[in-house]
Amino acid sequence: MAAKTFAEKVLSRASGKDARAGDIVTARIDLAMSHENAALVLKAFHEMGAKSIWSREKVVLLFDHRVPASTVKAAESHRTVREFVRAEKIPMFYDIREGVCHQVLPEKGHILPGMLVVGTDSHTTTYGAFGAFATGIGATEMAAVWATGELWLKVPETMRIVLDGTLPKHSSAKDAVLRVIGDLGADGADYKCVEFIGQGVDALSISGRMVLSNMCVEMGAKAGVCFPDKKTMDFLRPIARSGFDLVRSDQGSEGEELMFDVSALSPQVARPHSVDNVVAVEEVEGIPIDQAFIGSCTNGRMEDLVAAEGVLGGKKVDDGVRLIVAPASREVYIEASEAGVLASLARSGAVILNPGCGPCLGAHEGLLAPGERCIATTNRNFRGRMGSPQAEVYLASPETVAASALKGEIADPREVLP
Amino acid sequence: MISGRVWKFGDHVNTDLIIPGRYLDDYSLKNLAAHVMEDADPDFPKKVRPGDIIVAGRNFGCGSSREQAPLALKHAGVSAVVAASFARIFYRNAINVALPVIICPEAVGLVENGTELRIDMERGEMEVMGNGARIAFKPLPEFLIRILDEGGLVAFTRKKLQ
Repeated sequence: MAAKTFAEKVLSRASGKDARAGDIVTARIDLAMSHENAALVLKAFHEMGAKSIWSREKVVLLFDHRVPASTVKAAESHRTVREFVRAEKIPMFYDIREGVCHQVLPEKGHILPGMLVVGTDSHTTTYGAFGAFATGIGATEMAAVWATGELWLKVPETMRIVLDGTLPKHSSAKDAVLRVIGDLGADGADYKCVEFIGQGVDALSISGRMVLSNMCVEMGAKAGVCFPDKKTMDFLRPIARSGFDLVRSDQGSEGEELMFDVSALSPQVARPHSVDNVVAVEEVEGIPIDQAFIGSCTNGRMEDLVAAEGVLGGKKVDDGVRLIVAPASREVYIEASEAGVLASLARSGAVILNPGCGPCLGAHEGLLAPGERCIATTNRNFRGRMGSPQAEVYLASPETVAASALKGEIADPREVLP
Repeated sequence: MISGRVWKFGDHVNTDLIIPGRYLDDYSLKNLAAHVMEDADPDFPKKVRPGDIIVAGRNFGCGSSREQAPLALKHAGVSAVVAASFARIFYRNAINVALPVIICPEAVGLVENGTELRIDMERGEMEVMGNGARIAFKPLPEFLIRILDEGGLVAFTRKKLQ
């Protein structure tokens, strides 16, 4: 049989067909995730006349976008979903306390290699870091998944992104992926399944690989996978909720391959108002900032908080800067708290938020006024994303954001650190 | 047959421009329509008329999976979106809420703001009213046309479940 890509293998298994790139298949879904927009899913689900969920054990619901409820409307939609969860006895529900979906689901062992996962959130691609095929879908089609367990999907072509060499000190997965998006453009991987491979990926921690898979949607990818290795297995072994099969592309399977030498990569920054507007930090150094945000499904993990704390080292941030930190999950919060990282960040002047998405999407907790400028570890800098459409958002790594908070202007972490 | 007046936009019109996150705590369609595209063009929500057609460049609808983006456009009266290309989740969402989407890079250079356009989804052809220019495009796969014709995925699935 001809060689198959990772995407073709997962979608062949899920559809029971010999799926090839370009085919449209009806696939059985292994796991379906929704956050607050479960309220929208629920509305469509009822309008469809659906009676019950096809498989309660395959649905995960949680709240993370507006937690604790930011407005009365948000509180109402939380309540609607809670009531449904109770009535339907959905076993896998995480209320406002657990944190950002894309951190919580892997932590709780829901995400396993080879799975087909859909979520009503574009950054569902994050789960690719564990060798799953994971993609974002809309609320109405999620309702159809709840009702039938199936979804039509076009089998994507494959793009192999090789990170050649290992990243230098003070450059991170975020810098690598920003460089890739800057070079390929905001639609450079449209509809594709991206496979991140090479020495630079092998050397990354699980957290770093999650950054790659998370951000691949910012160049239009349908999914972005890092193939499991010993680090993945060590992460999954104590928490995996069931057995799994490792799936990887066959030698000689179809796909274009692009090389990126990351061995001398400097810290990168995406300028307003698009994620592909990427330059080396040297080109934007000295631009004054009003706010710095460390958090989100992209860079709110322990490794990120430790990196930021390493830059700040208890020193006070600039008087003119509001530093906001949101650990990605309750587990991260506890770990960072017990390690003294949160206390150290607070001593530097950081406002520590509860785990959640809040500021990243401009929902609440730190919106920007017209004319203000923020540097953030998040994933989107679209106009109006974090508040006023007259505000500006720059994207960077936790180290670069921390260095910038310290100086009150966009700064190169290599100049702050020893 | 769809016909209406053109609003032109550029490349990479993202979901935050279509409907910003700050309005998403309220799922009412009236609220969404009142703010649709306001960060791209503050006049749009005030001046858009039923039947109007958006013609845009590459990667329309990139960003979030929020279905409120096509919903807001539809409920503001937009009858179709023509673009050189679409981001995948927006494209799926639009069909699922019965907002016709057409991939047609050629259209971008041939229409202006205010041009009257007539679109035949089944035949894969649009006509620029006034100068009579005709532009061919690849029609949607038949099963997606069926979802549009049913009025969206809700009605389509309701039928299937019966």
